[in-house]
Amino acid sequence: MLQREGEVRIPSGCAISGIMNKKGKTFSGVDIIRSISLMHDRSNGLGGGFAAYGIYPEYKDLYAIHMFFDDKNAKDTAEHFLNEHFDVEIGGKIPVRKVPSIVNAPIIWRYFLNPRKDKIMESELNEDEFVVRCVMNINTNMPGAFVVSSGKNMGAFKAVGYPEDVGEYYMLDTYKAYIWTAHGRFPTNTPGWWGGAHPFTLLDWSVVHNGEISSYGANARYLEMFGYKCTLQTDTEAITYIFDLLLRRHKLPLDVVITAVASPFWSEIERMTPEKQELVKAVRAVYSSLLINGPFSIILGSRNGIVALNDRIKLRSLVAATKGDYLYVASEESSIREVCAEPDRLWAPRGGEPVIGMLEGADNI
Amino acid sequence: MSLDYSTSEFTIDRDRDRCIDCQVCVRQCANEAHYYDEEEQKVCSDEHKCVNCHRCVTLCPTRALSIKKHELEFRANANWTENAIKDIYKQAATGGILLTGMGNDRPYPIYWDHMLLNASQVTNPSIDPLREPMELKTFLGRKPEFLKVENGKLAEKLPPQLELEIPIMFSAMSFGSISLNTCKSMAQAASENGIMYNTGEGGLHRDLYKYGRNTIVQVASGRFGVHPGYLNAGAAIEIKIGQGAKPGIGGHLPGEKVEAEVSLTRMIPQGSDAISPAPHHDIYSIEDLRQLIFALKEATNYTKPISVKIAAVHNIAAICSGIARAGADIIAIDGYRGGTGAAPTRIRDNVGIPVELALAAVDTRLRDEGIRNQISIVCGGSVRNSADIIKAIALGADAVYIASSALLAMGCHMCQKCYTGKCNWGIATQDPNLTKRLNPEIAVKRLTNLLHAWSHEMKEMLGGMGINAIESLRGNRHMLRGIGLSDRELNILGISAAGE
Repeated sequence: MLQREGEVRIPSGCAISGIMNKKGKTFSGVDIIRSISLMHDRSNGLGGGFAAYGIYPEYKDLYAIHMFFDDKNAKDTAEHFLNEHFDVEIGGKIPVRKVPSIVNAPIIWRYFLNPRKDKIMESELNEDEFVVRCVMNINTNMPGAFVVSSGKNMGAFKAVGYPEDVGEYYMLDTYKAYIWTAHGRFPTNTPGWWGGAHPFTLLDWSVVHNGEISSYGANARYLEMFGYKCTLQTDTEAITYIFDLLLRRHKLPLDVVITAVASPFWSEIERMTPEKQELVKAVRAVYSSLLINGPFSIILGSRNGIVALNDRIKLRSLVAATKGDYLYVASEESSIREVCAEPDRLWAPRGGEPVIGMLEGADNI
Repeated sequence: MSLDYSTSEFTIDRDRDRCIDCQVCVRQCANEAHYYDEEEQKVCSDEHKCVNCHRCVTLCPTRALSIKKHELEFRANANWTENAIKDIYKQAATGGILLTGMGNDRPYPIYWDHMLLNASQVTNPSIDPLREPMELKTFLGRKPEFLKVENGKLAEKLPPQLELEIPIMFSAMSFGSISLNTCKSMAQAASENGIMYNTGEGGLHRDLYKYGRNTIVQVASGRFGVHPGYLNAGAAIEIKIGQGAKPGIGGHLPGEKVEAEVSLTRMIPQGSDAISPAPHHDIYSIEDLRQLIFALKEATNYTKPISVKIAAVHNIAAICSGIARAGADIIAIDGYRGGTGAAPTRIRDNVGIPVELALAAVDTRLRDEGIRNQISIVCGGSVRNSADIIKAIALGADAVYIASSALLAMGCHMCQKCYTGKCNWGIATQDPNLTKRLNPEIAVKRLTNLLHAWSHEMKEMLGGMGINAIESLRGNRHMLRGIGLSDRELNILGISAAGE
C-alpha cells in the first residue's frame, strides 16, 4: 500500500511563479494561473497550489485558517479544538467550481478567528506563537485534519492536480490579492493527498519551492529542537519553518537570514571587511544546520512582500522581472513574458542572491 | 623456576638464498629477535621474541624476510581458544595483569561497516568537487541559542571557537607514551593543515609551545605537567575523564619510559611510574565537573573552549547531557575501539560500547533535550578512513579524533606492543636509538598526505550526496542506511534500513 505524504519522504521537481504589486494594489488570480500553466510540463498533475495575500480585507485582523478534513469525524474533532482555543468569528466552506480533473477532494473549510484571551494568558505565549502551537498540534495529533494556511488576510489554495486546474477549481479569478505565488509539483511518487501539495504555509509565511534539498535531515532535526514538527517530511515545510524561526522568532534581519540559508563560500568570506567577516562567520557557525544545501529556487511570501532565492551554486532556474510597480519571479522566463510581454527589466539572479520585493512602507519581510 | 609454557606467536621465514648476513635486521630489532652467530658467521632468529612489527621485513635490503603466524595449533576447541589458553599460561607464570597496546581487536560488530551512504540520482544533481567549491570548515565550541544583530553588526561576540579547516583532529597521545618526534610531527602537521592535535596527559614539551594555536592541552586525573602556562598555551583545554580503551581507569606510563625530558615535562621524578588515578580526585560527581570546567575557564579568562572527553559507556547519553549542562563547550566521545599505549587486556576487550551507537544515542538525546546546537560533539575510537568520518558526521558528530590512523600514517604497524617501550618504528618509545628512526619532516608529510587524501575523498562523497558544505551532513541521518542490522540497532542509530 502506498504511504501518505509525511509517512514517507517524497522528492519532487517543480515549477514556481510569483507576482506582486509593490504598492499593495490588488489584482485577480488570472495572471498567476496563466503564468504557472505555461510551465505545464514542469509538473505532472500530482500537486498544484497558490498563496494569495490581501484576499480577506474584511477580516484582515483575524487569522484565516484554511482546513482540509478527511471526513466529518476529523472535522468535528478539529472544530472542537478550534472552539476551545479560539473565538471563531465565522466559518464556512471554501467555494469551489467543479473541474473534471480534480477528484477525491477533502472537506475544505475556512475559519476566521482569534485566540481566546484566557488561553493566551494561560499559555504565556504571544498570539502568533500560540497559533503556531495550535497548528502543529492539529497537524500532528489529529489524524484526518490538516491546516492548509493560518495567516491573516491571506490564504493557500492547493490540490492534487495541475496548477491551472487547481486555480480554476478554487475560482481564484474571483479573488484579488497584491501578492500571488503558485506552484506546480512533479513528485516522484504518488502521494494522492491534498495536504502534500504546495505552497506550504505557517502564519503569514508561504513558501513555494522547486528542488530537492540534500540538507533536509540536518535542517529538520535542527528545527525539531525548536518545537517544529516536520510532519510532511517535505523540503518546503522545513524551509518555511527555517524562515519562521529566523525571521519571526530570532528576529534576524533578512540579509542575515539569507546569509544563513544560502551562505557565501569561505573563499568569498575571506575577502570581506573584518567587521562583515565576523558577522558572516558567526552566522555560519551558529546557524550551520540551517544552510539549505542542494538545488532549490524558492519564493517566500509574507504580508510585507516576497523573497525569491536560489541555492548558492544555482542548481535550479530562477528568473525575475519588473514592470512598473509589479515584480515577477518564475522558474522560466517564458512564464513571465506570458503575462508581461515587455518587462522594464528581466534578469537571472545569481546563486544565493535574493530578489526582494518589499511592499512600500514595510521595513522587513 | 618452572617450565615456561609459552610458545612463539610468529615464525620468521628467512630465505637463505637471499640473506647476505648484513645484520640490518639485527640492528633494527629492539626485541632482539635477530642475532648474529659469531661461530656460524650468519644471522639467526629467535622467533620467540618476534612481535610481528615488520620493521626487519621492510628494511631488509634483499627482501629475505617474511613473518607468519606460527602454525603450532592446539587441539581445536571453540571454547578454549589459543588466546584463552596462552593468557592463562602467561598469568600463571607471572601473577600479573595482562597488558596490551592499541585498540580492542576482538571481532565485535563494526557499525561503520553496516552503514551505507546515499548519492544523488536524477531528482537532484550530484556536485562535482573538481568543478564546484566544496567546504569542510568546522567550528567547535559553544554556540548561543540565537544571534543578536544590531545595525548590521554582531551585537554579542561568539564564545571562543576552534576553527578547523577539516573536521579531523589528532587525538590525545601523551609525550611519554609516544616520542617527542611523534608529538612534534603531529603538532606541525596540525598547524600546517589548520586542525588541532592533543597533548594527552603528558604535559607540553617546551619545544612544542610554538604550536599552541593548534594545540588542545589536556587535563587528566594525574594533572601531569599542568600549570598556568600550560593551560594558556593551547587553543582549547580538554578534561580527560575517560578513554575508550580503558574506561574506568587512569593512564599508566611505566617508569622505564620516564626519561629526563618526560620527567621535566610531566613534572615528576625520572624513572617513576606515572600512574593516573582512576577518577579525578576533585570530580566525584557532575557538579564537581562543573567546578573544574569553570576553574579552567577562570584560569584562562574565558578565552578557550573547554572540552570534556569521556569513554563511551552504557549510560553515555545521560552523562553527555549532564556534561553539556555542566558548561562544557565540546564533548569528546571515545569508543571502545580507541587506541592506547598501555591498557589491561581484559578492560580493553570488555569494557565500553561502540562509538557509533554512543554517538547516535548522544546526538539523539541532546536533540530531544533541545541543546544539541549549543555544544560540539567530537567522536573517536576508531575512525579508520574518510568514509567512517562521513558516517560519523551524518550520525551527528561535528568532527572526529584520529590517533591510531595518525600513528599508522607515521609508520606504526599495529603490533600492539606499545607498552613495552620497544617500538621499532620509533613512535611509542623513549629509547633515543629508536626515537631517531622517526623523521619528523617525513612524518609531517605523511600525515599531511593522509589528511589531503581523506579530504578529497570526503568531498567526493559529499558531492555525490548533493552537499557542498559539511555542516549540511551533520546529523543528517537520511544520508545513511543500515545493512545487516536488527530493528533495535537501526533504532538506536536512528537510520532506516537499506531499501527503505
